[in-house]
Amino acid sequence: MTPATTATPTKKPAADAKPAAPAIKYQGTVHELQKQLMSKYYADLTSIAEGGPGRSAQLLIAGNPVEVLRTFDMIPVFPEINALQLAVRKNSLPLIQKAEELGYSTDNCAYVKADIGMWENGGKTPFATIPKPDVLVCNYVGCNVYLNWFEHLAEKVGSPAINIDIPFMRTKDGQPAEGDVEYVVAQLKELVKLLEKVTGMPFDEDKFVKIVERSSRVGQLWSQIRDLTKKRPTPYDAYFDSVTMMAPLYCLRGTEEAVDFFERTLEEMTAKVERGEGALPDGEKFRIVIEGPPPWPFLRVFRDMFSRWGAVAVASTYATVGGIWEFGFHHDPAHPFESVAKHMIEANLCNRSMLQRYDQIWRYAQEWSADALVIHSVKSCRLFSAGQGDMREHFVHDRDLPTLLIESDLEDPRYFSQAQLRNRIDAFFEALEQRRITGGKAA
Amino acid sequence: MTMTFESYRDVIEDREYPTVREWRDRTGGKVIGCFPVYAPVEVPYSLGMLPIGLFGGGNRVEIANADSRFQSFICSIVKSTLELGFIGKLDVLDGLMFHSICDPARNLASVMGRNFPQRPAVFVHLPQNFQSPLAAQYMATELRRAADELGAIAGRKARDEDLAAAIVAYDKVRELQRRLYALRSSSPERISTSELYTLSRLATLMDPKDVAPILEAALAGAIKRTERPKDRIRVVLAGSFCEQPPLELIESLEQAGCYIVDDDFLLGWRTQRHPIEVNGDPFLALGNAYVNDSHHLSPKHDLRKPRAAGLIESAKANRADAVIFLGAKFCEPGLFDYALYRKALETSSIPHLMLEFEEKMWLYDRIRSEVETFVESMLFAEAKAS
Repeated sequence: MTPATTATPTKKPAADAKPAAPAIKYQGTVHELQKQLMSKYYADLTSIAEGGPGRSAQLLIAGNPVEVLRTFDMIPVFPEINALQLAVRKNSLPLIQKAEELGYSTDNCAYVKADIGMWENGGKTPFATIPKPDVLVCNYVGCNVYLNWFEHLAEKVGSPAINIDIPFMRTKDGQPAEGDVEYVVAQLKELVKLLEKVTGMPFDEDKFVKIVERSSRVGQLWSQIRDLTKKRPTPYDAYFDSVTMMAPLYCLRGTEEAVDFFERTLEEMTAKVERGEGALPDGEKFRIVIEGPPPWPFLRVFRDMFSRWGAVAVASTYATVGGIWEFGFHHDPAHPFESVAKHMIEANLCNRSMLQRYDQIWRYAQEWSADALVIHSVKSCRLFSAGQGDMREHFVHDRDLPTLLIESDLEDPRYFSQAQLRNRIDAFFEALEQRRITGGKAA
Repeated sequence: MTMTFESYRDVIEDREYPTVREWRDRTGGKVIGCFPVYAPVEVPYSLGMLPIGLFGGGNRVEIANADSRFQSFICSIVKSTLELGFIGKLDVLDGLMFHSICDPARNLASVMGRNFPQRPAVFVHLPQNFQSPLAAQYMATELRRAADELGAIAGRKARDEDLAAAIVAYDKVRELQRRLYALRSSSPERISTSELYTLSRLATLMDPKDVAPILEAALAGAIKRTERPKDRIRVVLAGSFCEQPPLELIESLEQAGCYIVDDDFLLGWRTQRHPIEVNGDPFLALGNAYVNDSHHLSPKHDLRKPRAAGLIESAKANRADAVIFLGAKFCEPGLFDYALYRKALETSSIPHLMLEFEEKMWLYDRIRSEVETFVESMLFAEAKAS
């Protein structure tokens, strides 16, 4: 097994030093394999866009029901993933501005604006041409912007559209309300009818069960991989490296390729644990939980701000936007529709309340042995960000967990202030270091 | 009529909630604060409680504590509502009711629940799949669930006959509001929007049985008025469905030369288009009314009929010369709507103006000047055409 990182040791610079040029190579076999899989995924989509065979459906990341779509041989397309790809490649700003010319506000979610801008360009991107979807499936899983987004897309691309209404996790006991699962199952069966009409294919229940079986396997592998970051040192960064694994988790879940990818990932990460090899070449000094989506246009720069302090994420809430598998949920081939419904209702971050997120973070802090919480508050995604000041209050005052709240955006590069962020992060880790020296919380 | 407007104006802006305290003292009943946009007010009312509109702090509350909980890019109503809790102004409430209108409001329900555990927050998930035949039945089930949670606050169980009676009580208020809105559209010189708004807002702060006679008297008084129409343009106003603009801003729009002939102020409190028919299950009747017979609310994502089509229909039905989008700053649902509205208005060749407000604003000169310029250009174009 090839080591996941090539070590080029870096020393933590003084707080007033100039930012060092990126020196750490984060890429490993998993990253290379992911690139290959995603290149093929986007090549398939481009082929459809250019008149080739196949069908695509657009849906959204939170609690995504890809199993139903794959039963009809539809490639799931996630506008969030397209938008973040645009941001990572520094292509998002002109598209955001294009949307703003059309009447979208600077205060609207920049994922949506980049996507609208992309459709204004005919779906052409540097990495693929996104085909007009055969159907728009708005899986309304907690995020209210989803509903707006797909209304706008329906108008722009003119594809048949359906909302799958997922009741929010709102009861006092933290469980779905009575009848919620049945309500969602019934809607999924309505979706099946729509897909039969759109594709001309009859629903193949055996095929659906097989796909759910593969999703179940992927979920189990993913939860084992997530569990490995409890080790010291953690074999990978549960924020920055998890995002590499999340694209196959959503775009390819239900396929043999996804099972193979996660088997190989588990193998590689387990081998790293056995070798005692961490995510950072210079050793792990601080174990942190990160809350909130990453600043995609400056992902590498942002990562370096933590790496230079030896800070590595052992858990992240962002890795659970599509699904929470590490606490026991898996798809169940014996109850395929019910388990897809449960995934959408309760087993993902987005459809859970803020207070359930507090509990999730606290569980990470304890079971994954974290020293601190970093909240990356992004303007675009208010599902994540609205109320994160209260989250900080809770963790600092009620839990005595050192917490840093910083702000930028996930898509719009205009909101990323590098110097300001670096100052905040440096000051936080300096204080954390001081806390250790003066007998505060031990590492 | 002038008397009514003047005497109730202070009431709607007073965050001591005088009408609510008076009701509480008189009846001994409990009070539920309903965050916008839509709340199934009939349910708490059927349990002997008074549902009231919780529309933030307006421009009379300084946000000193809530800013540390919600960021600068979050709308004012979320922060000012939390602030009201921190400064004790919500002590008059025994519980809160929220629904998923937007992500900040969704999270506010959690934050309120954590900071004020003595005041339970009941969260109602309203249906969003309007193409599904299941939507109304789902909503009935959800309202029964909410009734159980509210019943725990009230100390009694919900009964169908009480809910049916509550529907009748609120239908009477809504019918009067429909008639007031119709009168304003046909004869806007007889009732101003600031008057109508004051009355509508009052209805969110009083027992429906107590406010209905006030609305009846106002309607009768307005019908008798003999004002001469002014040289103004007829405007449909959209975008103020959640956070509310200051009353002075509404007055400024009118003084700048607009007859507002339709609006979405407080629309969730009067969203049903017709009286609710109760044949059997009153919970299902409420569900059916919301799913199949309600106005195009911004947080209601009905793929059967786009909201922009609803706005165009309103503009045509009310013979509007123009549409003004009056959106709350940082209100993401409203800002998304604007992009669709703008396109639909341009396609229909309806002149439009986009304005942004905050509930806590004090200065209206800039907006008034913008509206005056817009009105003058419209009147000039009209004169030139004739």
